[in-house]
Amino acid sequence: MALLTFDTRHKPRQAYISMAAVLILMLVFPFVASQYGNSWVRIIDIALLYIMLALGLNIVVGFAGLLDLGYIAFFAVGAYLVGLFSSPQFAALLESLIYYSPAVGEALVAFFGPAIAQDGIHLSLWAIVPLAALCAALCGALLGAPTLKLRGDYLAIVTLGFGEIIRIFMNNLNDPINFTNGPQGINMIDPIRVFGVSLAGEPGSGASVMIGDYAMPSVNAYYFLFLAMVIATIFITGRLQHSRLGRAWVAIREDEIAAKAMGINTRNVKLLAFAMGASFGGVAGAMFGAFQGFVSPESFSLTESIAVLAMVVLGGIGHIPGVVLGGVLLAALPEVLRHVVDPAQQALFGKVIVEAEVLRQLLYGLALVGIMLVRPSGLWPSPNKEERPNAALAREEEEASTA
Amino acid sequence: METFIQQLLNGLVLGSMYALVALGYTMVYGVLNLINFAHGDVLMIGAMLGLTILQLLEAHVPGLPGYVQLALAILGAIPLTMLVSILIERVAYRRLRNAPRLAPLITAIGVSILLQTFAMMIWGRSPLPFPQLLSPEPIVVGGAMISHTQVLLLVLAAVAMGALVLLVERTKMGRAMRAVAENPRVAGLMGVDANRVIVATFAIGAALAAVAGVMWGANYASITFTMGVLPGLKAFCAAVLGGIGNIYGAMLGGLLLGIIEALGAGYIGDLTGGFLGSHYQDIFAFVVLILVLTLRPSGIMGERVADRA
Repeated sequence: MALLTFDTRHKPRQAYISMAAVLILMLVFPFVASQYGNSWVRIIDIALLYIMLALGLNIVVGFAGLLDLGYIAFFAVGAYLVGLFSSPQFAALLESLIYYSPAVGEALVAFFGPAIAQDGIHLSLWAIVPLAALCAALCGALLGAPTLKLRGDYLAIVTLGFGEIIRIFMNNLNDPINFTNGPQGINMIDPIRVFGVSLAGEPGSGASVMIGDYAMPSVNAYYFLFLAMVIATIFITGRLQHSRLGRAWVAIREDEIAAKAMGINTRNVKLLAFAMGASFGGVAGAMFGAFQGFVSPESFSLTESIAVLAMVVLGGIGHIPGVVLGGVLLAALPEVLRHVVDPAQQALFGKVIVEAEVLRQLLYGLALVGIMLVRPSGLWPSPNKEERPNAALAREEEEASTA
Repeated sequence: METFIQQLLNGLVLGSMYALVALGYTMVYGVLNLINFAHGDVLMIGAMLGLTILQLLEAHVPGLPGYVQLALAILGAIPLTMLVSILIERVAYRRLRNAPRLAPLITAIGVSILLQTFAMMIWGRSPLPFPQLLSPEPIVVGGAMISHTQVLLLVLAAVAMGALVLLVERTKMGRAMRAVAENPRVAGLMGVDANRVIVATFAIGAALAAVAGVMWGANYASITFTMGVLPGLKAFCAAVLGGIGNIYGAMLGGLLLGIIEALGAGYIGDLTGGFLGSHYQDIFAFVVLILVLTLRPSGIMGERVADRA
């Protein structure tokens, strides 16, 4: 870690050099990886989305110090939004609505026109992304509003409950009105189109994307899109951290009463943390839905919320490069293991002794326990001690118990 | 009316299991301020160990009466589960006692994953049938039916909770626990060995979870390696609902949650005109939780903690 530093304030030169190095590495990566098969790039595509999620959660947990165990709900909101407004699903919704309450249904069909009743709504990326951010932010504020008074662990359990509620609704909102298509999930979501170029490749092109005369695999195209979004997220959260608002978040995290006394409107600032964190989750969810082509409630279980939280805490809570590292490790490593374990065992022992899935879980659990035991502040905590939420907490507890 | 009594009974049964597990959460939280996320999986381990004991009994001393088998399974599962829980505390939590607050939370999640994986490796992926040990003939109470297993469960839960109250209120260890919960450092100065108290807390929580686990298996007749997750979550909700850190709160919260869930599942269809069905059962726990916490931010019986100055 000593080689790479992203501390632009104290070591600007080193920081910019390492940023450039990482950027070049990231730009070259898909071209090298796709030589070994598109599945490797695909793994990193998903990992990039998780990094985006982790960065969003970092705003809530890392900056503002609000423990959120239901963050995946916002991911789900984004994914289902794209599922509803960018696939034939809306037609199914209208159909079931006509069946349930003909008057309302017919009125809506008349309002939207027959084409939508036939094919559903197909919004473009440019409409979906802001919509997803907005919807998720709204959900974030909705969740935040009743929880403003709650402290620490009470907040954790309420957010956890919120995540579960969203998941249960996704599972069951197919009857009597079919919003989500229930456990089967929504299929046939449109691929993302950027300036008219479909990132899934045109039909018949064998999933290769033509940009001008240059063809590249679909996963690489998504890779660059997601990379751009992650970089944008890093930039935005990095700027937020040192903004007036970011300072207010840190103040609340360290001592809410003192923050209030300094004239910070704690209610609004907390709600903003929830809403802003959620909006990143929503955008990542929309990307996820369009990338996969389908969404189902399975992808949004409590385990996923916990996985994202683990990325934040494991990497180094409140420290953006650390969070990114945590995201890369926890999102990509299990998938890589899945690809490596079986062939490795075949080669070593001639047969598969431990199933890849079992071993993956085992190592995942061991990693969570082991890393935390060895490095309780995360793998790559902020180099500035006062920026670590933990330092302040530990000190505060010490004071509380000595007082 | 019959539905009402039936659902009330179902709720009591479910609630007493929640209460047993919630006690484990709340006691650990009381002394360590730690959400022991692996506690639901401790319940699963208890159930699995109970089943293994039953299988061993079946193989070596066949023909024992059902209630003896069940008693032996519970009595055998308790110490083994306690050992597992003590081991977890020693390995995953003890070193992190003064670490940042989220660190032990993450190791708890890791332990939960590990317990499930080990269980999957030992007992397999597919659901295991839990033998029917007590008479399947239901008892009729006021038009509602309750099985022998459920009656036993209610009795066991009551006995276990009674014993716990006695332990916490009347014994030296109980007083030490309350002292550590109040202020670990001062308790240490008064000569209380905090480590012993913490180990005892984990062990007692595990014992209660083992009882709940074996009875869960006997009641639902099927157990899997993921069975602990949902009851664990609900029990945690129950503990928070009652006011986390307070054992009476956990009991009340568990029972309330079970009853609300059962009644809710029974009546939601009628209430919403068929729009929402009983598959929304799992939502009640969380909706009630959010409502209660909005009105009383520290739970029903939680002390109103003044904001730190």
